[in-house]
Amino acid sequence: MSIVKDGREATMIGHRSDGTAIRRPLSPHLQVYDMLQMSSALSISHRITGVIWAIGLLFLVWWLVAAAAGPAAFAAAQWFFSSFLGVVLLLGLTAAAWFHTLNGVRHLAWDAGWGYEIPTMYRTGRAVLVGTAALTVLTWIVVLVAFF
Amino acid sequence: MAKELAERTTLRSPLGRVRGLGASKSGAHHWWLMRVTSVALLPLSIWLIFALAGLAGASHAEAAAFVGRPVNAVLLLAFLAAAFHHTAYGVQVIIEDYVRSEWGRIGGILAVKGLCALLWLAASLAVLRLAVGGVPAAAG
Repeated sequence: MSIVKDGREATMIGHRSDGTAIRRPLSPHLQVYDMLQMSSALSISHRITGVIWAIGLLFLVWWLVAAAAGPAAFAAAQWFFSSFLGVVLLLGLTAAAWFHTLNGVRHLAWDAGWGYEIPTMYRTGRAVLVGTAALTVLTWIVVLVAFF
Repeated sequence: MAKELAERTTLRSPLGRVRGLGASKSGAHHWWLMRVTSVALLPLSIWLIFALAGLAGASHAEAAAFVGRPVNAVLLLAFLAAAFHHTAYGVQVIIEDYVRSEWGRIGGILAVKGLCALLWLAASLAVLRLAVGGVPAAAG
């Protein structure tokens, strides 16, 4: 098969059942979507932030088990969470958690049949992004007030 | 229009509806529990994020006392149950979407569910120890 010069050609590379390549149209996949548009970007972000939340749950388990284990274990956990790496990870986790929470509300609205119109979808998408930024800043103001 | 469609459309076949089963035998149950846990997690997550933010830099005694307070312990246990259920189901969907080999898919899903169950039990036991057993700092 020749070298692909046009990006759309990528959607024409199929395989026969014996594995040999053949040029024929395939159903649209990642190649034909602009991943920076609100709809697809926020969609995959919901999945990614869900996975980040899952990793964040590991932090929560560690923190709780350490608190139950005693002061020494708790000090080790606190040392990590207040280290540079720990703070960066928690900051990212905070943003991911708020995004997943707010975009989850959007998904529940869709499940109820509301918000499918394109202008509404873009408006709620922007609201989720603004809300994520605002709540992340608010959360870390609480962190700073509690810490100092 | 979209609202009417959502109200009228069902993804179940007539026979599946009669038997209470979809094509995958349990898809509607999975889908519904994902929504139920997400609704439960909405207020619980908001509470937990701000509660933990307020505990930044807390000493062991302060953190243990916070977790051990009955209202906090109950909300934490509820959060842990809903969160690990939601996580196990969510990661299951991701594995089903991206893992092509059947054994890899089944093995991956079972591993994730086992891990989620163990972590949920470990975290819940920690909360219960602090809530029922008292603060371990007093013992040493």
